[in-house]
Amino acid sequence: MDIELIRQILPFLAQASVLTIGLTVCSLAIGLVVAVTITIASFSRMRAARWAAAAYVSIMRGTPLLVQLFLVYFGGPQMGLELTPFLAGVVTMGFNIGAYMSEGMKGAVLAVDRGQNEASRSLGFGRFDTMRLFILPQAAPLMIRSLGVNTVILCKSTALVSTIGVVELTYSAQRFVTSTFKPFEVFACAGAAYLIIVAAISLIVHALERAVDHGRKAAL
Amino acid sequence: MNTQTPMIDVRQIRKAYGVHEVLKGIDLSVNKGKIVSIIGPSGSGKSTLLRSINMLEDVSSGEIWLDGKQVNRPLKGRQFENHINHIRQEMGMVFQQFNLFPHLTVLQNIMIGPIRLRKLNRAEALDRAQTLLSKVGLSDKGNAYPARLSGGQKQRVAIARALAMQPKVMLFDEATSALDPELVEEVNQVMKQLAAEHMTMLIVTHEMRFAAEVSDQVIFMDGGVVIEQGAPKDVLSNPVEERTRAFLRKHLSH
Amino acid sequence: MSLDFSVVPDYFGILWTGILWTVLITVLAGGISILVGIAIAVATLYGPRLLAFPLRGVVFLFMGTPLLLQLYLFYYGLSQIGIMLPAFWTGVVGLGLHYAAYNADIFRASLQAVDPGQAEASRSLGFSRSATLRFFVLPQAMLTALPQVGNNSIILLKDTAVLSVLGIAELVLNAQRAISETYRPFEFYFTAAILYYIVNLAMEFLLRKAARKAEAIR
Repeated sequence: MDIELIRQILPFLAQASVLTIGLTVCSLAIGLVVAVTITIASFSRMRAARWAAAAYVSIMRGTPLLVQLFLVYFGGPQMGLELTPFLAGVVTMGFNIGAYMSEGMKGAVLAVDRGQNEASRSLGFGRFDTMRLFILPQAAPLMIRSLGVNTVILCKSTALVSTIGVVELTYSAQRFVTSTFKPFEVFACAGAAYLIIVAAISLIVHALERAVDHGRKAAL
Repeated sequence: MNTQTPMIDVRQIRKAYGVHEVLKGIDLSVNKGKIVSIIGPSGSGKSTLLRSINMLEDVSSGEIWLDGKQVNRPLKGRQFENHINHIRQEMGMVFQQFNLFPHLTVLQNIMIGPIRLRKLNRAEALDRAQTLLSKVGLSDKGNAYPARLSGGQKQRVAIARALAMQPKVMLFDEATSALDPELVEEVNQVMKQLAAEHMTMLIVTHEMRFAAEVSDQVIFMDGGVVIEQGAPKDVLSNPVEERTRAFLRKHLSH
Repeated sequence: MSLDFSVVPDYFGILWTGILWTVLITVLAGGISILVGIAIAVATLYGPRLLAFPLRGVVFLFMGTPLLLQLYLFYYGLSQIGIMLPAFWTGVVGLGLHYAAYNADIFRASLQAVDPGQAEASRSLGFSRSATLRFFVLPQAMLTALPQVGNNSIILLKDTAVLSVLGIAELVLNAQRAISETYRPFEFYFTAAILYYIVNLAMEFLLRKAARKAEAIR
């Protein structure tokens, strides 16, 4: 164990962590927009919209993220789509995680008691108002956990964009390994950095859950 | 004497789940200010009938009219949506499981319909909600959330919520079936009060005594058809049909 | 530059070999993930505390860090201390252990969900603790765990793609070989995606069938 080496590379890994966090946050933002869109489509009255949503989720979940990433980054230029490695990574991961997140959202909406829908409809509210005023406010707290799990998965999958040259944590660690020939120390440090980020995400999710729970109890 | 248009008019409605027919051509009408109770064994189709009138269930054929307007008009898409949202505002529906909105306070539960659908301003809606709350005896519970209420209180709020839309008729789907026995009476009291005010009501119930007390007419259903109907004293005390008699024997014995 | 899929059939052989390796890796790593997952679940639930506690820590480490990083650590880190594993086995074992951590969580929950009356009945018949676990509790837990563990195996299938970075010639690496000769990345990655999707659908189909059977027993 080379402690001195660890002390030297830590500041650089910390810097790379910022990029990993940036990748996670940007992909999460795209993913949430995609997930909400897919969820709305899957409860649409139009069969075509429901079908398209299901097909999207099936394809995104049915193929490897790495292949999707290579397809966008290396194959994109053939289709006139030239993206920087960072953008290609963020867009691909966002559209990918959005499919997974939509599953959790759908589950939460379905978990709301059917009587709520009937009560709202019998008062004369339309489908959209019913969703907005009654179903979503009740479903939202149920979504937090699965969104948190998916955010952790997303954070870890940002390591894959090292393969297209984004110098985030994993790629940065690889560079140090080539220059120092101390793979164990370097990768262990990178792993610790991921653990800290993942722990932070879990803490935020717990705090959110508690806030929602508390909001409910306080209201009672 | 029956020259006025009925408030609710159901003509030959049928409904089937696959090959299983649950409503086999039902006719029914309720005049303004009248109270009609539907009784019958579980699975007789009485709840389905009530839910069909509110279009919570689609019917296969037949017509449903509310105060001279057809409820199940053969419209499509957005047009049907607008029509049904509009006509449902004229009908108050009370569910067995209350279905209060758990994320809203009692007052918010009652006010949200008038504000969003009837376009009342907040002050008017609040005023109306408070009047209704005191009417159902829950003036002190306005700011409570549904989870804090007993079943009987929840159902009284649900009735107030439906009344806040100032509907032309009230539909009660086994309103007291999910309640503990000691809580049934408080809900019955509210319904009796509505009856005294000549609210038009269609009530699906399993409580024979209550039906006898409040109804102008009682309908006995079994197997998706109306077996017998008439004044409560006739249907409940002197039934003509054997199936009605068998049902009443079973239900009045305990 | 436009798309031209006409070059793809020339490389069908190499893609086919790739998908076969991908399936083989899935089966091997999937097997490891299930066996080790069960072992960890049993050890953390019934084993001595001295074993259970560090094991839970290891599971946490595996679940909290990226698969890619774990593979690098095994591959390069082990060679640092003189252990030279072939890339193939490093990949298979690394992938298997990564998902063993996830499966352990599921098996743990399923074991705890088995009705305690089952163990009591078995013990009252005179079965030992370990026999009770083996013959009665574990089989029931496996049925409960099946849908989720199957789901993890499907996710594992897609993560076999990551093994390409270690130079293991599965589908992605073979597609890359074809690309290096033809300079047609879109066509080959797209074809690879379709092949993955087909295997994925087949796995989903088998899992649904198995889950229905399990549901009938439960």
